[in-house]
Amino acid sequence: MVFSIRRGLELTLLFAAAASLAACASHPKLAGPGPTGPSERPERGFAPPPPPGPVTEGEETGPVRPGSARDFVINAGDLVYFDFDSYSLRDDARPVLDAQAQWLGRYHEVRVRIEGNCDERGTREYNFALGARRANAVREYLVAHGVSASRIDTISYGKERPIDPGDSDEALARNRNGHSVILEGAR
Amino acid sequence: MRRQSLILVLIALLAGWSAAPAPARADIVINVDQGASQPLPIAVSAFSGSPVGGQISQVITANLERSGLFRPVDPAAFPERSFDVNLQPHFDLWKAVSAQALLTGQVVSEQDGRLRVDFRLWDVYAGEQLLGLQFTSTPDNWRRIAHKISDAVYEKLTGEKGYFDTRVVFVAESGTKLKPVRRLKIMDQDGANPSYLTDGSYLVFTPRFSPTRQEITFMALRPTGASIYLFNLETGRQEVLGHFPGMVFAPRFSPDGRKVAFSAEKAGNTDIYVMDLGNHATERLTTDPAIDTSPSFAPDGGQIVFNSDRGGSPQLYVMSSDGASAHRISFGSGRYMTPVWSPDGKFIAFTKQEGALFHIGVMRPDGSGERLLTTSYLDEGPSWAPNSRVVMFSRQTRGAGTGLWMVDISGQVTRPAPYPMSASDPAWSPLLN
Repeated sequence: MVFSIRRGLELTLLFAAAASLAACASHPKLAGPGPTGPSERPERGFAPPPPPGPVTEGEETGPVRPGSARDFVINAGDLVYFDFDSYSLRDDARPVLDAQAQWLGRYHEVRVRIEGNCDERGTREYNFALGARRANAVREYLVAHGVSASRIDTISYGKERPIDPGDSDEALARNRNGHSVILEGAR
Repeated sequence: MRRQSLILVLIALLAGWSAAPAPARADIVINVDQGASQPLPIAVSAFSGSPVGGQISQVITANLERSGLFRPVDPAAFPERSFDVNLQPHFDLWKAVSAQALLTGQVVSEQDGRLRVDFRLWDVYAGEQLLGLQFTSTPDNWRRIAHKISDAVYEKLTGEKGYFDTRVVFVAESGTKLKPVRRLKIMDQDGANPSYLTDGSYLVFTPRFSPTRQEITFMALRPTGASIYLFNLETGRQEVLGHFPGMVFAPRFSPDGRKVAFSAEKAGNTDIYVMDLGNHATERLTTDPAIDTSPSFAPDGGQIVFNSDRGGSPQLYVMSSDGASAHRISFGSGRYMTPVWSPDGKFIAFTKQEGALFHIGVMRPDGSGERLLTTSYLDEGPSWAPNSRVVMFSRQTRGAGTGLWMVDISGQVTRPAPYPMSASDPAWSPLLN
């Protein structure tokens, strides 16, 4: 544990050194042309530090607690995918939904919301309707496999909440999904 | 030609648009820089009498130019500059700079502080006055005076109502694709006076103007669910229309402003409903298991065009406004969506998806005469100007953002709408009163 913290510190310091090197390298470009007097030109070595880079949201790590939202995502799976303009459950969706139904059967106090999502290759309104069909298809499957309907909400985000910002075929395929999100009751 | 009445020239131009055959596919690719085939050269002189006169002229010039029907003469070439609005211009001098129409005007501050603007519209080749009007308002309202003059000039020279004294409500987009922020915004049709209507704490979509009041309806989406709103622009009062267990979206006013048609979803099935805004009584208009959405009333209120996939793919259907006798009107290849009936009743604008491309197109209400006006990675959501000559829509450029665009119904003039930032779902207001 101590080792890993030290290791982290070392990495941080290394990163900081690299960042300040990068700042020095880019400094002459930043000064730019213009009728500025020498006093306005930042001295070498006194350049402002670069703006802080982006950091991802804090993601839970460490051992998976059974019955937690993370347990659901990792061990059941929270996403199933659909073909273009289709809301038929694909063969690769069924094992995921079977696992979701089993998991929800084990943790009775958990309530979920199924979010229906579409790729951007359609109109906003048609996609709200299509996303609702997808969410409902997932919901019906879970209900048919023993999950009480009262534990499942649905919503359609249409094409408005992609999980992949790209527009490649692969990105579009990822964005055609039913996303099961735990609302409450997880441990 | 030179001697021909310029009114006849413009009317012929407009008539040609309506009768134009469906263009060949190659013609659908729009050259943004190409104007209408024969835009009319018009000189808009700086209105005399006050510094605001020059600003009024600039607003008029920009309006007329944006329509694609007019080509403003460069002010640097003007042979005369300062006008007494009551004296005739020297027409020979204006012929020499190829102006066919000339607009002169003057601004007077009344004793009560109000602004009076007189203008004269001249036919340079006929050597006669076509129109003379005056408008009076408070000084801070000078832009609306300019829009009303633009409308008067447009109507006199085209024989059709103008659309410049109008506003546009739309969705201003910010944030990222993964964390979008959507705020309702309203502006004058020329981009002036932009103002936010919602704070971005929830997602908003598809605003629509009431045909009769300063009121809009729109869809809101929160993690807890969807709702449709009425929003009174004069009082700021907002009202949620009903409570629905599933998704609710695609709200549109009836032409009398007394009802809202919309889509609601139950157990995955989306149908079209209509709500009476007086007593909130709701009537279901479609009952099949297909997707039925994007309703739009005919201007007489008797029929509704809508989007349905009951035939296996999204197509356009027309039913009577009580839900009876639905019949399909789109039969071309591809997927047809978001139909919008034109205010004059003659056309239905739509979004068409075919292969990798999207188009804005128009067809007659019986489905004949389909013409595609635009082509891009993603065009959608047409909204008509109140004179049924121009359509505004959203265009998403691949790898870039989404913006507001406009196209005239000939498809000859496609250009960005005067809003330079990311935006979608434009809705054009009726002419202001």
